[in-house]
Amino acid sequence: MAETPNNSENMSRRKFLRNSGYVAGGLIGGGIIGGLLGANLNDDDNDKTAKTDTNAAHSSNQAPIYFTNPEQFAVLKAAVERIYPKDDNGPGAVDLGVPFFIDHQLAGSYGNNTREYMQGPFFPGSDFQGYQTPLLRHEAFDVGLAGLQSYSQQKYKKNFAELEGEQQDEVLKAFEEKKVKLKAVTSSTFFNLLRAATLEGVYADPVYAGNTNMDGWKMKGFPGHQMSYLDKIDSKEFQKIKPNSLHA
Amino acid sequence: MAKTLPKTDVVVVGVGWGGGIIGAELGKQGLKVVGLERGKERGVKDYYVVHDELRYAIRYELMQDLSKETLTFRNVAKERALPMRQLGSFLLGEGLGGSGVHWNGHTFRFLPYDFEIKTETEKKYGKNKIRDLGLDIQDWGITYDELEPYYDTFEKVAGIGGEDNHFQGKRSNPYPNKPMKETPITGKFKKAAKDMGLHPFSMPSANMTEAYENPYGAKMAACQYCGYCERFGCEYGAKADPTVAVIPYARSTGNFELRTHSNVTEILHDGKKATGVRYVDVQTKEEFIQPAEIVVVTSYVMNNNRLLLQSKLGKPYDPKTGSGIIGKNYCYQILPGVTGFFDEQFNTFMGAGSLGMTVDDYNGDNFDHSDLNFIHGGSISLNQTGKRPIQTNYVPDGTPSWGKEFKEKSTHYFTRTLDLATEGASMPTRNNYMDLDPTYKDAFGNPLLRMTYDFTAQDRNLYSYTQKMMGNIMKEMGAKEVYARGVSEHYDIVPYQSTHNTGGVIMGAEPGTSAVNNYSQMWDAENVFVIGASSFPHNSGYNPTGTVGALAYRAAEGIIKYSKNGGMLA
Repeated sequence: MAETPNNSENMSRRKFLRNSGYVAGGLIGGGIIGGLLGANLNDDDNDKTAKTDTNAAHSSNQAPIYFTNPEQFAVLKAAVERIYPKDDNGPGAVDLGVPFFIDHQLAGSYGNNTREYMQGPFFPGSDFQGYQTPLLRHEAFDVGLAGLQSYSQQKYKKNFAELEGEQQDEVLKAFEEKKVKLKAVTSSTFFNLLRAATLEGVYADPVYAGNTNMDGWKMKGFPGHQMSYLDKIDSKEFQKIKPNSLHA
Repeated sequence: MAKTLPKTDVVVVGVGWGGGIIGAELGKQGLKVVGLERGKERGVKDYYVVHDELRYAIRYELMQDLSKETLTFRNVAKERALPMRQLGSFLLGEGLGGSGVHWNGHTFRFLPYDFEIKTETEKKYGKNKIRDLGLDIQDWGITYDELEPYYDTFEKVAGIGGEDNHFQGKRSNPYPNKPMKETPITGKFKKAAKDMGLHPFSMPSANMTEAYENPYGAKMAACQYCGYCERFGCEYGAKADPTVAVIPYARSTGNFELRTHSNVTEILHDGKKATGVRYVDVQTKEEFIQPAEIVVVTSYVMNNNRLLLQSKLGKPYDPKTGSGIIGKNYCYQILPGVTGFFDEQFNTFMGAGSLGMTVDDYNGDNFDHSDLNFIHGGSISLNQTGKRPIQTNYVPDGTPSWGKEFKEKSTHYFTRTLDLATEGASMPTRNNYMDLDPTYKDAFGNPLLRMTYDFTAQDRNLYSYTQKMMGNIMKEMGAKEVYARGVSEHYDIVPYQSTHNTGGVIMGAEPGTSAVNNYSQMWDAENVFVIGASSFPHNSGYNPTGTVGALAYRAAEGIIKYSKNGGMLA
C-alpha cells in the first residue's frame, strides 16, 4: 500500500531535515558550516531525538546524504515500495531500507557516473546504443522524481505518495512505457534506473543501507557471504543456510 | 616534453595473460622486459571483501574506468556511432592481470575445424555455401596439430582440470588436474544429454579442482565452490589468474620490470620497424618514451586495434573496398539461452566459475550442415557459477517485471530455475569492423575506437537452431516450463552478453589477408608482435582464453627466435 501520512510524519520530517543540511531559514551550502548544523538547528528536543536515533537499528546509515527535500524523498519511498512491495513473504523496499540505499548511491560514484564516459557531444541514439543522456544519474533521479510528482498532480491532482497503490502503478507504468516527457532523459530510462536500483537495494550486502536484517536474502533463500560450499556442493538436499553479511 | 628512458630488449603493452606469459618466458631466457600496465597492481591479498555482488558484479570494481577511455558503437555504417558510456554487453579488463582476474576459467581448445574452416567448409559443402551466407572466413595459417603443444603448455601453467571430450582434437597429454565435482545440477544435465545420445563432458576448468603447483612453481589452492568467480577475483588463489600463475615467476627472473599506471598511447616506428612506445604515467601525468628492440602488444582486442590504428601501423581496413586489414573481421559471440522452471529446489547459489557440463554435439562441424542455413555452431553448457540475488530474477513468461507478482515469483524461483547457454561461434562479414572514431576522444585527447557491428542471417540461424537444441535438453531435464531468450532485433550494447570480443588484427598464412603470421608477428613491422583474441580470424563456439594462451606461448617462442636471428618467422 501507499505510504500514508501519519503521526510520525512530524518526527520523520524533523529527522530528515536535521540530517539533510537544511536549517530553519535556509540551506547550508558548505562543509565547514555543516559541522555547526546541530548547534544551529532551532529545535528544542533535537539532542534527545539524536540519541534515540543512534540506538535504533541501522540509524547511522538510515539517513539521507543526497536528498535534501522530504517531499521528493516521499516520492522515492512510495515508488520503490510499488516496485518491491511488502507482502506475506516479507518486507517491502521501504522496510528494507531501499530509499536510503538509493540516497547513498546517488551521493557517490554511481550517482555521479565517475567511472563512465560523460564527454559530449550528446545525441539521443538508437535503442541499441545505451545510456546517452547528458544527465548524471543523480540528476536523472531528480528529474524523474519531479516528473512522477507533476504527472500525478496533472492526472490525479494529488502527490504521488498520496495516490492509491493502483494509481501509483498506473503512473509508473506510463513512465516505464516512455509515455511521459521529461527533460534530457526518457521516462523509460529513468524507470529502468529506478527499478534496477530498487532491486540492488533489496539484495545488496546490508553495508550499503538496504537489505535490512538480510531479509531480502532470506526471502530468496540466498545465504549471502559464505566462505566455502566445498562440503555441500554435491549434496542432493536443498541447503537452508543462515545468511551472513560480509561485515557482520 | 616526453622523457626518453634507457632502451630495453622488449616492451610489453598490457600485463594480463598475454603480457604475463611473455614476461615469464622471455625473462627466463634472459631478455630484459618492461611490462606497461595502465591500471593498478592487484592480487589475491586485495580480495579480502570480494563477496560483494553490488561492488564487483554490478558496479564493476575490477573493470575498465570508462571515464578515461571507452569505444563508440553503431550497428551499421550509416548510423552515427555513440560512446559506450557504461559497461554492459562486455566487461573490459583493467589493472594487473587484466580480464584474467575476473574470468570464470573456462579453458577450451578450439576445434581442428576452426583453424582450417574455409578449406574444410568448402570441401564438405562446396564454395557456394560461404558465399551465399556472405561470410569472410579464412584459414588461420596454423593447424590444430601445430598449435597443440602450446595448448598443452598453457593448460599446465593454468592447472586446467577436465576430462576427455568425444569431439576434441588429439591431445598429447591428459588434463593436468582432475575434473570439477559433479553436483545434482550438473548431473541432471549430464543424464539428460546422455539419454538423448549426446556426449556430455565436464567443462575444462581453471578453478583448481585440487591444490596444484604449476611449472613456474606457482601454488594454487583448491576451489571452494563459493559462488563468487566471474566478475570477482579469487581470495583463495584457487583460480588460475595471471597475477597468481605467471607474473610472480616473470618477476622472479629479475628480467621483468612491471610499471603500473602506465598507459601506452602510441607505438613509435620508422615505417618499417617499431622503435618503442610512448606512455603516460596516469598518476603524475608525465609522458615517457620507452625505446625497445621489440614491442609486444598484449591488450586483448580493443586496445590492440586502437594502438595500431592510432600509431598508423598496418593498413586500416576499409569496408567500402574491402582493402586494408587492421580492424577487419571483428567478431563476437552468439548467445542463445534457455531457462527451465522446476518445482524442486536446487542449491543454485553454490558454484564455481567453471563448474559445468558441456556438449559439443552442435559445435563446429560436429553435425551435418548440408540442409542448414549457417555454418559452425556452439558449445552448450549448464554452468553452475553460483546465482546471486541482484542479477538473478527469473520469472515465468508473462510475469510483470516489477510489483507484487514479480516479487513473489522471482523470490520463489531463485532456487528453482536452471539455465543453459550456448557460446555460439561468430563469423566475420564485410560490414562488421573497427576503426577510429572521428568525433569522440579519450582522456588523453586521442580518438576512441569505433565498433560497427550487427547480427547477420548466419548469426540468427545459428541462434535459433542451437536454442531449439537447448530447449530439448532442458525439457529432458524435467523442467515444467522452458523460457527461451529471444534474439535482439539488432546487436544491443547494453545487456551483458559476452566479453569474448575477437578480431581486427587477424592471423593468416600471408600478408594482404592477415595482419600477423602464426607467431603473432606483424607482416608490416617484424619487431611488433600482437597477441590476443585480436588475432582470431573468426570466433569459435568456446571461450577464447585457452587459445589466447596457446598463441601467446607460440609467440614467446617466436620472439626468442627473432631476438637472436631477426627476420620474418613465417
